Amino acid sequence: MTAPSRPGLAAGRVPARSETPGQVRPAGVQPAPERERKTVSVYGLTFSLPMLLWQLIFFLAPLLFLIALSFWTVRNFRMEPDFNPDNWSRMLGRSVFWEAYLRTLLLSASAAIVTSALAFPASYAIAFKLSDTARRWAIFLMVIPFFTSYLVRVYSWQIFLSDNGIINAALAPLGLGPFPMLNSDFGTMVGYLTLCLPLVILLQLFSLIFVDRNLVEAAHNLRCGRLRTVFEVVVPAARVGLTIAALFCFILTFGDFVSPLYLGGGDPPTLSILITDTTKSGQQWPRAAVVALVMIATLLVIAFAAVRFAYRERGR
Amino acid sequence: MSDFNRSAPVEWGLRAYLLLIFAFVFAPIAASFVFSFNVDRFPSLPLGGFSLTWYQQVAADPLVWEGLRNTLIAGITVSVLATALGFGAAYTDFRYNFFGKSLYLALALLPPTIPVVILGLAMLAFLANIGLSGAIHSVIIAHVVMCAPFAMAIIRLRLSQMDPSLEAAAWNLGASQWVAMRHVILPFCRPALFAALFITMAVSFDEFAVSWFVSGLNETLPVKVLGFLQGQVSPKINVIGTFVFITSMTLVVLAQILLVKRSTGRAAGQ
Repeated sequence: MTAPSRPGLAAGRVPARSETPGQVRPAGVQPAPERERKTVSVYGLTFSLPMLLWQLIFFLAPLLFLIALSFWTVRNFRMEPDFNPDNWSRMLGRSVFWEAYLRTLLLSASAAIVTSALAFPASYAIAFKLSDTARRWAIFLMVIPFFTSYLVRVYSWQIFLSDNGIINAALAPLGLGPFPMLNSDFGTMVGYLTLCLPLVILLQLFSLIFVDRNLVEAAHNLRCGRLRTVFEVVVPAARVGLTIAALFCFILTFGDFVSPLYLGGGDPPTLSILITDTTKSGQQWPRAAVVALVMIATLLVIAFAAVRFAYRERGR
Repeated sequence: MSDFNRSAPVEWGLRAYLLLIFAFVFAPIAASFVFSFNVDRFPSLPLGGFSLTWYQQVAADPLVWEGLRNTLIAGITVSVLATALGFGAAYTDFRYNFFGKSLYLALALLPPTIPVVILGLAMLAFLANIGLSGAIHSVIIAHVVMCAPFAMAIIRLRLSQMDPSLEAAAWNLGASQWVAMRHVILPFCRPALFAALFITMAVSFDEFAVSWFVSGLNETLPVKVLGFLQGQVSPKINVIGTFVFITSMTLVVLAQILLVKRSTGRAAGQ
């Protein structure tokens, strides 16, 4: 790091969104000369260093350590530092691994699409159809799930979805069912929705709120139909937010092991289940590291592609 | 807005859909609350009858208390550390421009985007290698990594509402940087600092995946819940869920109140 400049009168500083734009600096107040020197001050480091060190040591180092770990060997249940590509060839040579990979990719991609599709009408309604007060309440309600235990909600869904659970009990008098819903991809998807839906709605909402209403109005005035306005005006204008929301859904579900395990049955496994199993059932951490690194690589590619798509220059 | 594109069925259809979505989101939360008071072991409709049995069972379970103790120790320590780190980083971003700043910010803000299984495995392997795994401080270390970005975001938002010349004015009036920090920056950030404390505590309170990897025998309450989930049906989960929900919501509402007070305090203070 750094030669933190000592901005005299906030000279070199990007004025953060201040209350009164275009405010004029009081005249006659000159920065003291010694404050213009660019030095690494104890003061500056006191505030900048702790975060840097903590994240270097306990965030970046562990992730980098995964790379080294993937080349270690396990002998007699003990891990030994090594430079052995064996773990890589073993894991990547297994059909189980590639099945899990494909399955995870498909599940997360479907989750991103399904969640985005289900969330959009809701965020559209919140953004365009509610009064300001109602919108504030809707946002507040959507934040609440973040502070409830995801595990407890998944357990709750077990109560709903099991063969003699609430839904089947409610359907029985109508002569329907019982529908097996637990331990299926449907169950996994319900769990994924539980995990992502509030976040996706909020992210979509924040981009929809900033869509210029005049555009919508103009489209309407030009006799553009309702659905066509949504798909040709609103969606393109909110593309960044919509893509980022789908990306977050993909990332979250890609790494989640609770829904596919406790609602989806865990068989066949997803990559995250593969990691938890490999880690806890013995000392095969190096192989788990291989899976984790493949996951990171996949996520990087997908995140990069999504961000490029989101910020791509609009065609035409 | 009155134009030909508004039609009552569509308006009401959208609203009904929104209600449906809220029902989906809140159904599991409500169900866990309701079934925590239900007498039956196997949850089903119609409800069996009101009872506090499961609450008594949870209260009598030493494992739960041990988990709660670990959760509280971790939560409180994490919130203080994460808020301190987050404040430092937010202030650095607010005040300084330096070479590599975007890298600094990326490092500070990135952790929440890494899937928890990967983070958990990486932390477990790394901490085990330097002899720091399997204890409550491993959970604290990991949670600070995950929570500090939230604290930073909250405090940065507050700082962006501050007129940068306030600090400069204090310097020009002869205050040293430290004095300006104490009498200008910190008081201005106080509501955000408390909000960050509560939010990070709530995040740490609920986190189970990374804790599950690194905690070893010192399991936190959410890790115990994960254990219950692996076992058979246990209404205890509902009780713990209700308890965690109420605790987290209290923290969030406190944070919310502070953030609302912020705007009124601002109107009065400036």
